[in-house]
Formats: sequence, C-alpha cells, structure tokens
Amino acid sequence: MRPFSTVPAFIEALLDARTEQPSRRHFLKTSGMLVVSAGVASVAGPFASDAAAQAAGPYPDINFRQLDSWIVIHQDNTATFYVGKTDCGQGTGTAFRQMMADELDIAYASTTCIMGNTDITVDQGGSGASDAIQVDAWPMRRVAAEARRVLLEMASTRFGVPTAQLTVANAIVTVTADPTKRVTYGDLIGGRRFNVALTGNNINATTGVAKVKAVQDLKIVGQSPQRYDIPAKVDGTLKWAVDVRLPGMVHARNVKPPVAGAQLVSIDESSVRSLPGFVRVVSKGNYVAVICEREEQAITAARQLKATWRKPATAPFPASEDLFTYMRATTPTSSQDPEVIGDPGTAMAGAAKVVEASYEIPFQGHTAIGPAHALADPSNGQMTIYSNDMKSYGLRDGVAEFLGMPRDKVRVVWMEGPQGYGRTAADDAGFEAAYLARELGRPVRMQWMRSEETAWDSKGPAFTVSMRGGLDAQGNLVALEYDARAADYCHLGYNEAETVLISQLMGTRRNPVAPGSSATPSNMYAIPHTRTSTHVVSLPLVWETPLRTGNLRDPNGPQSTFAAESFIDEMAVAAGADAVQFRLKLLTGTTEDDGGFKRVRSIAAIKAAAATFGWDTRPSPKPLGRGPILTGRGIAYAFRGQTVVAVIAEVEVNRTTGRVWVKRLTCGHDCGLVINPEGLKHTVEGGMQYALSRTLKEEVTFDTEKVTSVDWVTHPTLTHMDAPERIDVVIVNGDPNPNRPDLPHYGAGEASGKPTLAAVANAIFDATGVRLRRVPFRDARVLAALRAAGV
Amino acid sequence: MSNVTLKVNGLAHTVDVDPATPLLYVLRNDLGLQGPRFGCGLGQCGACTVIINGTAVRSCVTPVSTVRSEITTLEGLAQNGTLHPLQQAWIDEQAPQCGFCQNGQIMTAKALLDKNPNPTDAQIRDGMSRTLCRCMTFYRVQAAIKRVVNKGVA
Ligand code: FES
Ligand code: FES
Repeated sequence: MRPFSTVPAFIEALLDARTEQPSRRHFLKTSGMLVVSAGVASVAGPFASDAAAQAAGPYPDINFRQLDSWIVIHQDNTATFYVGKTDCGQGTGTAFRQMMADELDIAYASTTCIMGNTDITVDQGGSGASDAIQVDAWPMRRVAAEARRVLLEMASTRFGVPTAQLTVANAIVTVTADPTKRVTYGDLIGGRRFNVALTGNNINATTGVAKVKAVQDLKIVGQSPQRYDIPAKVDGTLKWAVDVRLPGMVHARNVKPPVAGAQLVSIDESSVRSLPGFVRVVSKGNYVAVICEREEQAITAARQLKATWRKPATAPFPASEDLFTYMRATTPTSSQDPEVIGDPGTAMAGAAKVVEASYEIPFQGHTAIGPAHALADPSNGQMTIYSNDMKSYGLRDGVAEFLGMPRDKVRVVWMEGPQGYGRTAADDAGFEAAYLARELGRPVRMQWMRSEETAWDSKGPAFTVSMRGGLDAQGNLVALEYDARAADYCHLGYNEAETVLISQLMGTRRNPVAPGSSATPSNMYAIPHTRTSTHVVSLPLVWETPLRTGNLRDPNGPQSTFAAESFIDEMAVAAGADAVQFRLKLLTGTTEDDGGFKRVRSIAAIKAAAATFGWDTRPSPKPLGRGPILTGRGIAYAFRGQTVVAVIAEVEVNRTTGRVWVKRLTCGHDCGLVINPEGLKHTVEGGMQYALSRTLKEEVTFDTEKVTSVDWVTHPTLTHMDAPERIDVVIVNGDPNPNRPDLPHYGAGEASGKPTLAAVANAIFDATGVRLRRVPFRDARVLAALRAAGV
Repeated sequence: MSNVTLKVNGLAHTVDVDPATPLLYVLRNDLGLQGPRFGCGLGQCGACTVIINGTAVRSCVTPVSTVRSEITTLEGLAQNGTLHPLQQAWIDEQAPQCGFCQNGQIMTAKALLDKNPNPTDAQIRDGMSRTLCRCMTFYRVQAAIKRVVNKGVA
C-alpha cells in the first residue's frame, strides 16, 4: 500500500472535492495506487510502484495498447477511467464516465474519470474541434467493452460456466441459472492489472476484441447525471491551474512591446532593482519578463521597468476602421481554386433578379475571463507545467522542443481553467513559464495581465465575404457566388515551438509561414449553379504581432456562416418568400445526401426549431411597428462536422437607442446519439450566448501601432443585461433510421454558435427592414443604420 | 512591508505585506483562499469578489490596509458543511460552464439577495450586470438566483 502522505494537502483536498460519495476517497486511498486527478505527485500511468521515483521522471508516453492504461478496477468494486482529453466546461468528463460505465456495466456513481495529465493518461490530444464525443469517445467505449469482456471471462473460469450463461449488472457477475453464484468486479481483479493488450494503428482506433453495445442496450447514456466537477467549482474547494503554489516559487510578468513590431533597444534594470522582492529581469530578443518574489511585486516591477524600444519603420497594420478596405484591396497571399458547380456565369447572366451583398466580420479574440497563466517547476532536471491548456500533450511536446529537452523529461499536469475554446494564450504562458523556470532554476508562475490577454491573445481572423445570387422568374435560387477573404496568413498552430509568442519575440521565424485558411458555407442547399472561392490575405506585420490568428471556437465557422446565411435570407426577401420555406425548398430540391444524412437531418433540425418557436410563415420584413421597440425573428442553420443546428432568434430593436436585445433563442440541435441531454442543453445555450457576444459586442480595435481594445470597457462583452429571456434547445434525431443500433454521437461544443450571428441579423432585418452586414451590432452602429434608412 | 490584520470567514490573520497590496493577492497567496480569482485587476469583471459589510467588493482594487471589517469569501459561504442556498441552487441549475467566473456570480448574487431578497427579474439583471462571464452562463445564473428567490431561502 502506498500511503497518501506523499501527496500534497491540496491534492488530497482536490480528491475530497471530487468525491461524490464518502467511499470514493477511501477507494483511491486504499486501492494500492496513487490516483491524482490533477496534481503534483502524479505517477507514470494508472499503476505506480514508487511515487517518489516517479516524481523525478522520466515520463514516458502511456501505452494506449494496454487496457490497464485506460481502466482500473478497485477492490471496493469501483472503477477509475483514464482518458487523454480535457474538459473545457462542457461536461465531457461526465459524458465519458457515462459512456464507459455503460459499456463496462458499472453504476455511474461507482466511477471516476482522470483527464489530460501527460504522464498518467493516454495521449488523446486534449480538446479541440468539438470531437471529444464524436471521435475520442469511441476508443473509450471499446476499451470499456473489452474490460467487461475480460471480466466475464474471469467469472466464467471461476464458476465453470460459459460466459453466455452469466449475467452482469452494476459490476456484479451472476450465474444466470443460479443467482447465488455471484462475484464482483472488485473481487475478480480489484487493484490488479488486466495485462490485456489492445490493438489499433493509432489511438483513435484502439480496440479490444469486444464490440460496443447497441444503442438500445445503453442505460446510462441518455440520462443526465449532474456534472461531477460543478460542486467543487461553487464551494471554492476546486484547485485550478491558477491556484497552484509551490515552495520556492516566484512570480513573473511579461513586458510587451508598446508598439507592435517594436525592437528592444535597451533595458534599464536599475529602474526596478531596488523594488521589494525583485528577483530578475529576463530578456532575449524582444521578449522581456520581470520576476519577483511576490505577485503584486512582479506587477509593480513590470509596470516600472524602463525599457527603450524602437518603433518599426512601417505601420504594422491599418487602423481597424480601415481594415476591410485594406483587406479588399490587398493581393491575397493565397487563393484556393474556386469550386464550381454548373455554369454560374451563364446562370447569373440569365437570372431574372440578381442580388449582391458583402459582409464584414472583424478580428475577435478569446479574451478569457482569467488571463493566461501557467506554473512551471524545473525540479529534478525535469519540467513539470501546471496548465489549463486544453491540449496538454501538445504543450508537453512543444515545450520539450523549445527547451531542447527530451520529451519524457517534460510533463503537463492539466488542471481546470477559464474557458479554453481553441488556441488560447494558455499555450504562450506555458512556454514562458517553462523558459523562465529553466533560467531561474526555480518554479515560476507566469500570469498575463488583463490588457495583455485582451490585446495579445490569438484572434479569430477577420473576414470579408462578397456574395451574389440569381433568382429565376419563379423566385428559385438558381445561381450563387461566395467569395471570402480571411486575414489569416501566418495562422498559429497549437503549442508550436516555432510560433508561440515567446519564440517569435526571440526572433524565430517559422519557414514556411503557415498559409492560413478561409472557409466555405456548410449548408446542404441544392443550388444548380454555384461558385465558391476563398482567399487568405496578410496584414503588413506577420510576426510578433498582437493580431496573431489562431483557432477560435469553431474557427471561421461563425464568420462564413454569418455571410452565407444572411445572404440566403436576402435571397428569400428578394423572392418574397418566407425564410424557413425558402430554405426547406432549397433542401428538398435534390435527393442527394451523404453518409451523415446531412440533407434530411438539416430539414429535421429546421422544422423542429420552427415548430418549437412557433414560426409564423410570411416574408420578411414585418410591416414596421410604431412604438420605440421593433420586434422580429430570424433563422439560420449550419453544420459543424456532422452536427446540424438551426437557430431562431427573436429580437427587440430599440429604434431610439439602437440597442438590440435577443429576447429569445430556439435551437434545433441534432448531434446524433445524445449522451447527457441536460449537459447538452447547457452547452448549446452557452454556445449560442457566446455567439451573441460576438454578434452584438466583440471587436478587436487597433490604431496603426497597437491594439486599443485592452479591457472590458474598450472590449465589451455580453452581460447579464443581454441574456435572453427564454432559450429552448430541441434535441433532434433526424437520422432517416432514428432507431439504428449504431447511431453515432457527434460533437456539440461549438455548433450552436455558428448560425447564431446570421439568425440575429435576419431577425433585425425582419424587425426593421434594415440589413446589417457588419458585425458587431453595437448600439451606435445599429442606430446609424436605422437613421440612414429612415426607420 | 507592515503587519496587517484581517478577519476572514471568522478567523483572524496577520500578514506582513505592503499596505497597498490589493486584498486579492493577500487572500490568494498568503491566506490560501483562492475562491476569489484574478480576472482583470481593474474592478471590471467581478471574478475577485468578496463580501465586506454585506457589500460585494472587488478585492483586486481594494488595498489590503483599507479593509476594516470582516471579509467573507466563497469558501466561507457554507455553514457547518451545508452549502449556502445559492451554492446549492448553482448545482441544481448546473449553472457553470468552465466555472472560472462563478465566484463572482455567486458572491455578487449573495450580496444582492441579502439586500433585496425579492428582486424582480430586471433587478437581478441590473444587479448582476457588471459581473462578467465569458462562457455566457447568464441565463442559467439568473435561473439559479430565481430558484433561491422563489424558495425564499436566501
Ligand atoms: S479581477 Fe477584480 S474585478 Fe476583475
Ligand atoms: S463559466 Fe466560464 S467564464 Fe463564466
């Protein structure tokens, strides 16, 4: 037995906090292994022989082809699941537990889930692309099914009856013919290894011999157990990455160039040397950090440090008010070959009515509520990084490369943090902490300040989209052209040693430069003649810029869908058609479909949303109302991967102030098999409201030298005042064979935001007759548009 | 540096810090009370909220030496192992997404309901309006507050 005394108190507290029943902590303590859901003394893989030796590393990759790497059964007949994912607050950990418990035939409450620590969980890449449930849950289900199979074999041997004559429920195996003969999983294997090899060319393909259950046999999937992480988040006991404190640690703050692209000329260290707690100024190239013993001392010292910078000879970027003019005029850095269906040129020339419009979406940022942070500990010649980075494995790999350390000397302890919806500055802070920790030989906590986070975190690219559509004499959409430009050159990857900000500031230049990408619409409309083209453009300054682009929640989806689904609405208006009917007609105009049954599922999602909302079929706009408040409703729909969503927004537009309130949201949401309906609804609500913030509030502003949106005043975000009064999430299963035993589970983390921008724009048009084609719809912009239109 | 004595969640502490140090850093780094969080350091987001004299106070812009009365942090809301009704409502409503801002949401709501146990929907929106959430859990947070209001247990 390994005593738990080697675990720091806060890890013990953490385990207590995660405990839903008193027995949980007990089994973790007595199971003969050290289990750490996030913490200092984690061990190599689920089974540890010597925790002290383990703390010193090395930290080899966990072998995903071993059942023991995924599942441990304890003597008290409970189980711990080890998965290589991270939960960004959408409850994926709870969903994984449900799925694995179901396949294993154990009660949900008898399980725990350990996530995303590079040295104890298999490398499933952490989070990204809303694929946790769609992709990563499959190996989890299969290995849990395999564990059940192996346990049944063991029981079969014990009782001398074939497995077909055994019954299993709640982790107890019974001889069907003689229920007095029973054995628990804990008695069969508790605390010991399975020693069962798995197969699969890669981690996503991991499998044993057993098959997963048919959907109809799943009992825990489809229920809504509460998220296990929430209690400790509301009683203050959860320890987050931001909370870790280690003996001897120091606090670091960055000093960023005051102007984008500025060169550091000199640092006057005497400006801070006498400050209390001062430890060191570290600088290399244009990277500068100040380190002090205490946090507030580091903040003061970073503010007071005198440094001389040389401005770049040319402006790094146009001012934000000139951004779209610049983007349209500049020569693209790359253009994709247009995708052409039919003969759009001829069709457009022969159309009875042609409509043209262009749309603009500015840079928008992650701007996490808690600025980027990480703590790095260089003890034992290793590097341990405590981070909320959603891709903990990538952070490990990238830091190892950046520091020139062997990969197995670096580990990332993943802990919870503020919203991580893509390539956040958590990547950057992790590298910075590790670099400084190595320089100082002490644990270093890096914490970005608010202005740094808001100005310098990675951005979703700005888009301009030009669209043209042609209607025939009967009002059918016969031709459509989509042409998008994204300011996305030099797009950041995740945790790349060559492109994280510290690396750029130190002078590294990745070659070749990442080309970036634009995006095309995701709908399934049958339009006979289309031309879809995309381009990427670059701002003058490519490196060391606060306008670095990186993945932001459903990268490029909200931008392209804002244009595409606003424009479909414009075509419906031109045709004098109802917005729902116009879309349904475009979807029923063909019988073509694909493996995901995207067309029929589109129809189902739109119809479900319209029915729940109580959609009144009529063309837009409504006759203009008389009072100060104008109301309207709009719809938009999109795919994210295989998940289809239709969003209907009802708005109130105040014609005297320009304020838009989205009073009601309805979402028809089909992500296949739903694991946890309540959890799904909350995620969808969050996704739509997040998109409301992008629709109504968010924009990165800049002059020709620097970003000027640097806090919550200059960078407004949605608030309680803006929350809808009512949100309905309708779970749709539009599969043509809804009861198929292999109904897939698709992702849900991002889809619902995608069409929300256009739904709101369409609703504003319905209310006012004014078409807004430039996000965000802040009061002043809306009011100006209403005034210009005489509304 | 100088000695500052604080009473937090019923316990007195003396710390040796610069009197201008924001209360937030003393709570988090000296007293290990990490319910309050750093979100902006500017008094704009509410992540660092604590309750002093029944008022929701932003500890990131409160110099530690100016605090005269007892401080309640998120850790101090539960009594004898029983969660505060708001905390329970937060669980029942499954209000958080990532949860990072929720200290501010809960503490601001507590101060709001302590002053006005029966707020209207508009008063809830208004009272919570400066407490930000980047996961946009506003709809559920308001629902959780209304659960408590409707039960009359705050
Ligand atoms: S951290 Fe204090 S208000 Fe934001
Ligand atoms: S729950 Fe994530 S910031 Fe509020």
